Formats: sequence, C-alpha cells, structure tokens
Amino acid sequence: MATEHSRSSARLMIAPAVFVLLVWMLVPLIMTLYFSFADYRPLRATFETWIGFDNYASFLTSSSFLSSIGTTLWMVGSILLITILGGVLLALLLDRPMFGQGIVRILVIAPFFVMPTVSALVWKNMFFNVDNGLFSYLFKFFGAQPFDFLSQLPLFSIVIIVAWQWLPFATLILLTAVQSLSSEQLEAAEMDGAPALSRFWHIILPHLSRAITVVILIQTIFLLSIFAEIFVTTNGAFGTRTLTYLVYQRVLESQNIGLGSAGGIIAVILANIVAIFLMRIVGKNLDN
Amino acid sequence: MNMKRNLLGSTLGFGLAAGLASIAMADEITIATVNNGDMVRMQSLSPKWEEATGNTINWVVLEENVLRQNVTTDISTGGGQYDVMTIGTYEAPIWGGNDWLVSLNEGMADDWNIDDLLPAIRGGLTVDGTLYAAPFYGESSMVMYRKDLMEKAGMEMPDAPTWDFIRKAAKAMTDRDAEINGICARGKAGWGENMAFLTAMSNSFGARWFDMDWKAQFDSSEWKDTLTFYLDMMNESGPAGAANNGFNENLTLFQQGKCGMWIDATVAASFVTNPKDSTVADKVGFALAPDNGLGKRGNWLWAWSLAIPASSEKQDIAKDFVSWATSQSYTALVAENEGWANVPPGTRSSLYANQDYLDAAPFAKMTLESINAADPQKPSVQDVPYTGVQFVAIPEFAGIATQVGQQFSDALAGNQTAEEALASAQALTTEEMEAAGY
Amino acid sequence: MARAITTQKKIMWTVLSWGIGLLIFFPIMWTFLTSFKTEAAAISDPPVWFFFDWTLENYSAVLERSNYPLALMNSIVIALGSTLLGIIIAVPAAWAMAFVPGKRTKDVLLWMLSTKMLPAVGVLYPLVLIAKYFGVMDSRILLVVILMLINLPIIVWMLYTYFREIPGEILEAARMDGANLKNEIIYVLTPMALPGIASTILLNIILAWNEAFWTIILTTVNAAPLTKFIASFSAPEGLFYAKLSAASIMAIAPILIMGWFSQKQLVRGLTFGAVK
Repeated sequence: MATEHSRSSARLMIAPAVFVLLVWMLVPLIMTLYFSFADYRPLRATFETWIGFDNYASFLTSSSFLSSIGTTLWMVGSILLITILGGVLLALLLDRPMFGQGIVRILVIAPFFVMPTVSALVWKNMFFNVDNGLFSYLFKFFGAQPFDFLSQLPLFSIVIIVAWQWLPFATLILLTAVQSLSSEQLEAAEMDGAPALSRFWHIILPHLSRAITVVILIQTIFLLSIFAEIFVTTNGAFGTRTLTYLVYQRVLESQNIGLGSAGGIIAVILANIVAIFLMRIVGKNLDN
Repeated sequence: MNMKRNLLGSTLGFGLAAGLASIAMADEITIATVNNGDMVRMQSLSPKWEEATGNTINWVVLEENVLRQNVTTDISTGGGQYDVMTIGTYEAPIWGGNDWLVSLNEGMADDWNIDDLLPAIRGGLTVDGTLYAAPFYGESSMVMYRKDLMEKAGMEMPDAPTWDFIRKAAKAMTDRDAEINGICARGKAGWGENMAFLTAMSNSFGARWFDMDWKAQFDSSEWKDTLTFYLDMMNESGPAGAANNGFNENLTLFQQGKCGMWIDATVAASFVTNPKDSTVADKVGFALAPDNGLGKRGNWLWAWSLAIPASSEKQDIAKDFVSWATSQSYTALVAENEGWANVPPGTRSSLYANQDYLDAAPFAKMTLESINAADPQKPSVQDVPYTGVQFVAIPEFAGIATQVGQQFSDALAGNQTAEEALASAQALTTEEMEAAGY
Repeated sequence: MARAITTQKKIMWTVLSWGIGLLIFFPIMWTFLTSFKTEAAAISDPPVWFFFDWTLENYSAVLERSNYPLALMNSIVIALGSTLLGIIIAVPAAWAMAFVPGKRTKDVLLWMLSTKMLPAVGVLYPLVLIAKYFGVMDSRILLVVILMLINLPIIVWMLYTYFREIPGEILEAARMDGANLKNEIIYVLTPMALPGIASTILLNIILAWNEAFWTIILTTVNAAPLTKFIASFSAPEGLFYAKLSAASIMAIAPILIMGWFSQKQLVRGLTFGAVK
C-alpha cells in the first residue's frame, strides 16, 4: 500500500523524534558510563578517570543493593495490584446507572492532578502523623491506640500515597474499556442466566485484559522512578529505599558520583530488562 | 571597580556610599537560604539593605534537605547560580578546604567585627586561619523542660543534669492518658536529625565514631550503652511516633504541651517561650544538656552561616550583604522591629554582654554556656582523628550518618534491636570508609 | 415493578459511588478546608470540619513570603512549552508510524518508551554539567526541553495508538482525489485526530506540571515553578498545617481546575490503544 515516496517521507517524519531521543539517551548516558568507571568524588576534589569496575563491584556487593531491588519490586508490585483491582471495581461501578455520574467522575479523577510532593506532604502530615494526623483521631475515636504508620508500616504508607495518585489513571482507562463492551453481549449472557461473577470472569475480564496490560506498562514506567514520595515521607528510612533512591543517596547525599553512576547504569540495565519483558507482553497484546 | 568601591566604602559615610553605589553598581544577587524562622525574618528585613545599596535580591528559600541538595550540586559542579549560600558548620570547613568558598578575612564592611564572633563558632567555620562563612545564628543543644510538670513530679531540675536524672524525671512526668510524654528527642533518620542528637549524646557516654585509624566504633560498649539508654528512655517516656520526629515535629509537640522535657537546639528556646505559638510559654525552664560524669556533655554545636561561593561573579556585593546580615547593626535592627528575644542568637560575644538582650531572653545564659561547653576540636573523651561535635568533618559523613540514622530510627520504631542496628551500622560504616580509601 | 427495582438499584449505585468518590477526594477536600483555618484550628483535637473561623490569613502569609505569580507563570510556560514542543515533534512521527508502518516501527516505538525508564538521578550530574556548559541553568528553555524529552515517548505512543484507529480507507480516498502528503495531514487527518491530540496535550500538561525532580534541581529563581515553590513550605519551623495547606492548594488549584474543565477531552483520548 505504501509507496517508496511515502516511505521515505515517513522516515523523514520520524527522524526528529528519534534524533532528539537518541541524543537525550546517549549523551548523558555516555557521560554517566564514563563517570561510572572513574573515582569521582567532588567533595574530596577527587577525579581519577579509570578505576576499572571497582564502582560496579562495590555497588553490587553492598548489602543495600539487593534489599533495594526487593523494595522496588514490592512497592511497584503492590501499587500495581491495588490500582488495577481498585480500578477495575471502580470502573465497573462508575459504569452503572446513577445520579450525578459526572460529578463522581470529577471526584475520582482529582488525585491524578495533584503533584507528588504535595500529596506526599498532605498524607504525611495531615493523615499519617501520629500526634496530629487524622488517622490518629480516627483511631482514638474508636478507642484504639494511635498508630504510627510511617515507621510501623512504612512501605504500605508510601504504597497508599502513590496508589491514591494512580488509581484515577487506571480507573479512567479501564472505564473507557468497560464502556466499549457491547451491551448486547452482556445482555445475552444475562438472558442465559449467567451469574454476575461468571459474566465478569468470562466476558468482562477478557475484554479488559488489553486495557490492563496498558495500565501496567504505563504505570510501571512511572513507578520505577518514584522519588518525591519517598524523599518527603521517610527519606529512605525503615526499608523504603528503592533502587532509584539508593542511586540518589549515592550521588547526592554521599556525593560519590562514580559509585552513583555505576548504580545508575545498573538501574538502566535492570529497567531495560523489565522494559523488554513488559514490551513483549504488551507488544503481543497490541498486535491482535 | 573593586578598588574604587573599597575606596568609597572607607572614605565616605555609609549613606553617601550607598547612594553612589546605587547609581554605580545596582545589581542583582541570588541568595539561597533555609526556611527557618530567623532566615525568613532576614528575608523580610532585607528590603532595608536593598534600599540602602540599590541592589536587589533574588531569594531561594528552601526546606533544609532540598536546600542542601541544591547548593551542594551547584558548588561541586561550579554552577555559579548563587551569590550567597546558607550552609552549616559541617559544610564550611570541607568546602572551604576545597577552595570553593571566598575568604571572609578581608573585604567585609568596616563595622563587621570579626573578633566579636564567639570563639567556638568562629573556630568551626575557619580552616587554616581563613574564615569561610559568616555565622548568622549559632546554636548548641540543651534541655528545655516544663517547670510545672517537673514540680508535679516532685523533682527539681539541676542546672547541669545527668542522663540518669533525665531518664528518671522523664518517667515520673509521663502521663500517657493526658498525652504527656516525659521526653521528646529526635528520632527521624538523618545525619542532621537523629544522628546529631545521638552523636552528641554518645560523646557524653564516652563513645566515638572512629578510632585513630579511622575504624568504625559502633561495636564498642560505649555505643551500645548510648543506644540502649536512648531506646529504653524513649520507649518508657517518649511520644508514640518518635521515630518520625525531627526538630519540627518535636517543637509542635512541646508547644502543644505534650512534652515534659525536650533536648534540642538552643534556638528552639525563643519559639517555646513565644506566647503567640506556644501554649506553655510561661512554664519553660532550661538546663544544660545531660552528661554521664565523664567530662563531656551531650550538646552539639552548629551555626547556620552565610558563605559566598568562589563561582559567584558578584562577590563584592555578596560580601556587602553578608556583612550587613551578620553584623551587630542587623541584630539591633531585628531588636527594633521584633524585640530583643527574636534576634539571631549565638554568634557574637557582644550580644551576651547586652543587658537588653539578657533581660528579654531568659534562655540567653544557658545558650552561651552550652555553646561554650562544646568543643569541636576534641569532641570525645577518647582520642579521635576528626573534628566536629555532632558530626565528623569528612565529606563521607553525611551519606554514612544518614544510613546509620536509618538503622537507629528503625530500632526506635521497634523493627529491630539495638544490637542489630549497631551491627548494621558497623558493617555499613566500615564498608563505606573502605570504599572511600581510609 | 421492574421500574421500581431499577430506581432502587440506581439509588444504591449512586450512594455507593458517591461514597467512594468522596473518600478518594477527601484528602484534597481536607487540605482545602485546612487552608482556611488558623494554625491552632488546623491541629485542634477533635478536628473541626466546617464550623471554624474561616480566614484568608494563610494565603496572604504564603503570598507575602514567596513569589507565587512568578512560580505560577513558570509552571504555565514550562508545562505548555514542553507539551507543544513535544507535540510538534511527535505528531509527524506518530503519523508516519501509524500510517506507513515499517518492519521496525514497533521496535522504534518500544525503544522510545524504554528511554523513559532511564532513572533521572543516574544522569543528574552529566545533565547539570551540560546545562552549565551551555549556560542555561535556571532557564525556562532548559526545562521546556528536558520535560519535552522526558514525556516525548508518552506523547508519541499516545498519538500513535490514537492515529492507528483512524481507518486507512479515508486516506486512500483522499489520495485518489489527488491530495498530497501535506494536504492529507492538514485536511483529512487533523480533524479526525484532534480529540486524540487534545487529550495528549492535556495529559502531558499534567505530567509536566507535576514533574518534581528536574524542576527542583535545575532551577533557582528565574525558572522555578510551583514544585519548587512548595518545596520551601515543606517543613518550616513547627508544623504549619494551615499554611502548608494554603500553599498546596495554590500549587494544585490551576491544574485541578483545568483538569476538571477538560476531563471529557482528556478521557476521550486516554486509551493508549487499550480499547479496540
């Protein structure tokens, strides 16, 4: 269908996007790669250009590395789980006939517009704070001891904050998918006397699978780089240090650019493994 | 330009010079500062300087962690975005030693009296005789306590209490049903948060961070005593969310009347005695930070200071501003506008000779004594290869201490024992120090 | 009878949805209420809901302490600028990928998305050095370019999935009529693609507005947007909940209002090819 002419103009049209992204990826990445083999500690005024794989070795062997991987997987995994489960349920709910659907949608979508720093600050101070937070009043109201979320359930607290921000996104995409489901199909199933649960399993869920993969992909991309929420709430304490945060600590807190860069490169490699894995699934799903 | 300006400054009166300067060199400088009360006040008074000199100021006011991250990146890459930076006693010697900061030994205003600075504070900002930052306010730490609760508990606070007394008093004052916690202290992880408190405390327990060969000392019995004592005391009498409490959180608790005692920065004294914010303003007493009879008290030494990066292109104007903001006349200006109790404390001897100030600030004497009691040159009972009271003045410290602080904070939250926390601290410190080539 | 049941059900769904909706919205609502309280009322025990002395003092305190108009302006310029620049680069690329797919199209697309996985801190130092070298630290243009680059993959992908749903026959028809590539885009595709483009623009304005790593690190005053503005309120001495709330509301209100007014457009194109 496409002619030679349109092919070459197509290439021309893709070129700028590819070019800028290539520059964006390569230039800083090559510099990071260069630093990762150097002993670069500006606070010591140290810059030795080649120390081999020392930085990689110490980053990979430090005890914080493996635990940060675990934390990252745990955090991203549970946020995905909450937003997708919640998103599916909310999407189904919002699809029901009701009064004031538009307003409910406005309420549900709102957290997505809140910047991460603000939502972390609000949750941390006004909800989780053990002395003056709303949850503590709630606990006290029911006669329970105030609970210190951020130190007792630190990971869970951060997961709640981030899931709150991303739930609207998942809900919206899933809602569009739910709405595109033809009502005849559902009605036919209802006529056949299929119970609600089986309708959900056999008709709705398969229909949503594509939307779910998309949500997983997009959210993973953003969730792997969660920063502000951790920075504001626990500063990486209580086992909430993700790989991204570990790299941040190495680069900015310890000011060991060589070590941090090695960590950055490792993070890039791992992220790309995840990416390839995800892309495979999504790619397959998007084809048919 | 430089010479002309100095000439002007020295031969003409201030007003005239300022008038001329505004024509000759009206310019803009960018100042990065922390969002503490005293700094915010400086910001609100700075139009006076702007009017006098014709220069304008761009303010970058940030929360402490964000500020540190910003200025450190800027200075280590020679970014040159700031003309004046607010830094602490930890950064000044390290950055100064790297020649990243401008010397303040010369070029400051004539009435800026360098010899008036408190020796302990000045010493902390000086490397090899060169002063690299001008102290804006200085602080040590001390005990702030509720006189009424102390009386109710049937005890009397000595001027120089011991740790055992503090723990006993804390237990006696605690009334969890009335939401009164005997002791509030920092628990939030961070080298400038719980580690400032714990490192200072460990000094009074005879502990040290490193021995003379730079080997980490968290496996010592002194550190074990420090941490167990701290954890036991906090568990007995501390607030519920102690592991998340930093300076700000504890300040709020104390002002709400939920703390019997609070051991923290001396600058807090003016906040807890300010009836506008504090519900307990008239019931606060002060005492020196506790000791253990080993000859060192558990108080620290810190000065938020103004420094000029070598990458600044407007060093003369910056010096003019720094002179203004850290001078005796600035103190007088604050006193005139906000009252003597609100002047930035802890930097100049002259302030503590001023009867107006001593009358207005019941905490003045204790502040000065606390500052004088801190010895950054010899922080521990044992020999150490480093300087700094609540920190170790090496570039690696901030990164290491924040991670150690996370271990200790985790122990305070009850997620691990003191032994486990110390073992992790020892391991990670050893690892980092080896990586740093010690 | 049947009708009664549906109404009953409808009421049930309504109550349930409103309950959940209000629950999700509650943190924002609470922040909004707190921003009008005095500091004492903000932490009073038990919490006060609506019946307190409403005050604007927090807002005036925040305005007095910081340059809100400048931060707001910077946020607007950076969010709009980076989005528009991104759209200009992405529309042709997405169009070509959707209508003239080659063997490698999918690979290119996936590669683009993978650049988004680059952890920001990993390239922080190089980027600061580059920005310094070009003398663009603390400039709006730097942030416009960087945020454009960060979000470009998302823009391309979103447009691509949207464009792909435009039936190819229409193009064929246009070509039969002798339309060239340029006309094809302007007269045939653009009208059909507009909802998708609008939705992409909206989503990216939101993403750019809320980006809080580069915008804080790479700015000081001149280009400092609302994310940096809020950073100066995060922990002043004492916990000033009311002022923090006021500053928070000031930072999120513009984007929240924009989002609400345009949510139909936003939702319409927000499918990422999730719906067939």
